[in-house]
Amino acid sequence: MRYAETGYNLEIDLATGNIERVETDPKLMETHLGGLGTDVKLFWDRVPPETKAFDPENLLVFSSGLLGATYAWSTNRTLCTTISPQTDLLAYPMMGGFWASELKYAGYDKVILRNKAPHLVYIWIHNDKVEIRDARHLKGKGAVETQDLIREELNQPDAQVSAIGLAGENRAFVASIEQSRSSASRLGSGGVMGDKNVKAIAVRGTKDINIYDGVKLMEHLEELKKFVVHRNENPLTGIEMVIHSGVGSPQAMRHVDEQWHTTGFAWGNARTRRKDFWNQEIFERWSKSHWSAVKRFISCFNCPQQCGTLISFQDVPRYMMKCFSKLSYLFGSKSDSMDFTWRILHKSFEYGVDSFSTPQILAFAVELYEAGIFTDADFKGCPTDNEGRFFWLLDKLAHRDGIGDYLADGVYWAARRIGKGAEEFDHNTIKKHEQMNVKLGMLDPLYFLMFATNEKISITQIEGNWPQTAKPTQELKEHWAKDWIQVPDPKFIDYFMGWNPRGEGSNPYYPTPQMCSEIVDWMEQIHNIDDAIGLCAGMGSFCYKPGYHVHNYPKFINAATGMDLDEESLKKIVNRSRNLHRAFNNRRGMSRKDEAPPKDHWKHRFPELEEELLTTYYKFKGWTYDGIPTKERLHELDLDYVYDDLVKRGIYKDGQDKEDC
Amino acid sequence: MAKIKKIVKSIKIDADKCNGCRACEVACAGFHATPKYSICNPARARIKVVTYRRKDIWFPVFAGEYTPAGCVGRDSYIIDGKEYADCDLCRASCPTRDRFKEPDSGLPLRCDMCESDPPLPEPMCVSICINNVLTYVEKEEEVEEEENVSDMEIGLRALANTHGMDKLLETVARMIEKD
Repeated sequence: MRYAETGYNLEIDLATGNIERVETDPKLMETHLGGLGTDVKLFWDRVPPETKAFDPENLLVFSSGLLGATYAWSTNRTLCTTISPQTDLLAYPMMGGFWASELKYAGYDKVILRNKAPHLVYIWIHNDKVEIRDARHLKGKGAVETQDLIREELNQPDAQVSAIGLAGENRAFVASIEQSRSSASRLGSGGVMGDKNVKAIAVRGTKDINIYDGVKLMEHLEELKKFVVHRNENPLTGIEMVIHSGVGSPQAMRHVDEQWHTTGFAWGNARTRRKDFWNQEIFERWSKSHWSAVKRFISCFNCPQQCGTLISFQDVPRYMMKCFSKLSYLFGSKSDSMDFTWRILHKSFEYGVDSFSTPQILAFAVELYEAGIFTDADFKGCPTDNEGRFFWLLDKLAHRDGIGDYLADGVYWAARRIGKGAEEFDHNTIKKHEQMNVKLGMLDPLYFLMFATNEKISITQIEGNWPQTAKPTQELKEHWAKDWIQVPDPKFIDYFMGWNPRGEGSNPYYPTPQMCSEIVDWMEQIHNIDDAIGLCAGMGSFCYKPGYHVHNYPKFINAATGMDLDEESLKKIVNRSRNLHRAFNNRRGMSRKDEAPPKDHWKHRFPELEEELLTTYYKFKGWTYDGIPTKERLHELDLDYVYDDLVKRGIYKDGQDKEDC
Repeated sequence: MAKIKKIVKSIKIDADKCNGCRACEVACAGFHATPKYSICNPARARIKVVTYRRKDIWFPVFAGEYTPAGCVGRDSYIIDGKEYADCDLCRASCPTRDRFKEPDSGLPLRCDMCESDPPLPEPMCVSICINNVLTYVEKEEEVEEEENVSDMEIGLRALANTHGMDKLLETVARMIEKD
């Protein structure tokens, strides 16, 4: 019997309409868990480096996590894994909500889409019955409204629907996939879905998931519940931002105070800080707007935390939102009107675009216009105020109309297609992907490594249990360390106690490159566990002091699956998947040369130290100078077949398959 | 029938606080599984979170009695500007829909307040919901004495209603013979 997982994938060939329920190899759970782990394995086995995002052979995989649809709270993530049209590397944007759990109850761990449908379709999965249905009548419909339209059309109010909007249909590289209160946004999975001519996937499931030791799992859940209740009643103190004081996604919808973000982050096309932005007048105005728009706090499947909201603002059709998108269009447009946020986010979610990248792309367009690279003819019909421009540009992008056709490809590719010096304005991308709009003074060695090296290519999803800044006093340090049960090893508390905001023991030389490598490795490890078991990062890896951590992950996994993991063996599994992931991207050409944060991310840079950081981290990971897993590391992780493939394809430079080269 | 004093178990539902997570459904289905928590499947729950997200409708409904026939009319209510179908509010396990039926056998489900031995301090759905949507209340009331109907009897009655008592007895007799 299979526990926690269903043991079946749904394979759909969109060109022929062939649908198959395929049993998966039970050993994969032991070698890669599930979720991202098994997605990486599937892509390694089936998608060769020659395959591009919009080739029919590219796969789009909707995956649940290993613990999804079990009793473990918050394990509701859906991964939308594919080759990114923007980076040409593996993309796996994730969303919470309800979809992946419903898929497992329908009897499948993943839906694997290949080839392209002859015209726009949607897929309807109802337990064993799976249909490909005409969706031409839904062409151009919003990604949020489509979900309700399909539920009504099927007369299935309990169906969960993942859908794309116009941006996805138009193969925008920043197109998202939307579902209930959640979005899988980054790196263009929505564009691949549109390229495959799939408007939506609706699913309803009423089958059982087997649990190996349900009583034990409920005992662990009871402990977690106590922790969550305790934290809800006793938020963390002594931190930068109130939104990070609990468990769950950052509580941006609960709190109006955004002094930290608005004065610390860079506005426009990630250009300038506004250190004096926040004041009482803004706070009062935003409070009024915020509380007039927030209709209700809402959750994802089987999670008590309420990180999302239903937005009902004046005459704007309702939608749901969460977290950082509240600020991103304000930063991009330099508007200080929260009313503008509620209006443009409605369009953004209905078009189905990444509300992280998109505002930066629109701000980039405004800069090009101000610099004379885009002309009056390009901007014909565009309003002259900041907010009006953003609405106009967003329409253009989603329709790929006029200059919108460039913008839909994201900053990197737009700049290269536009030419005329536009490349100079592409200053905030890594591996061709828009990064957090942060411009700071002193190099932060931890963030340097996280920005440079992680396969997520998106810093917001890499940070984690380690505090974002050093604590200024001994008292605050001790306050932080006293109940820091989440550290994998006491040495991390020592590193933390020695870390100061300035002077001795401060950035950039402290934490040392070796300490940084160990801390970053810890952050990656917990993110990789969450992404394999399908856990919301807000309840685990992204949270400062979460309920799920390295010490209790194995308990939950063992009780649900019947595996016999301890901390070390779990670490080995995610390390295996991480190295396979890295090799997959190496095989597509990624290496050390690509691992560089934006030049202007910090004002004070230290080229020698940065080289040392990268080299130390690579050595720690068991990678070559170029950032490719060595023969030894691959062998340790039972990935000899990966080594053979990398050799065959000439990925190692001559003889450089060892770390001392 | 005679009047007796009885502890009436009830759950107060503050639907305004419901965030739609369905943890109550998950826990309910697990508690009623045999063995306990051996499977996870909210479709087997005796509580159901009715959800129409953009209409701002989220509220839990508990499984009530089995009914052999659907209502003649399909009414609706408008409360505070929101329209509710009365089917959404209804607790019945009813032939017109899948709600509150075992997904495989189709047998009706009914909330039993998690009566068990040893007894729980409160029903599972109440204890799992940390947002205080559900509050367990015990009240002493004078009620008509009534027959206690077991789950199995409810199921058998449903089968008898669907197929006729004779057919049901015939089948049981045949099953006994085969064994």
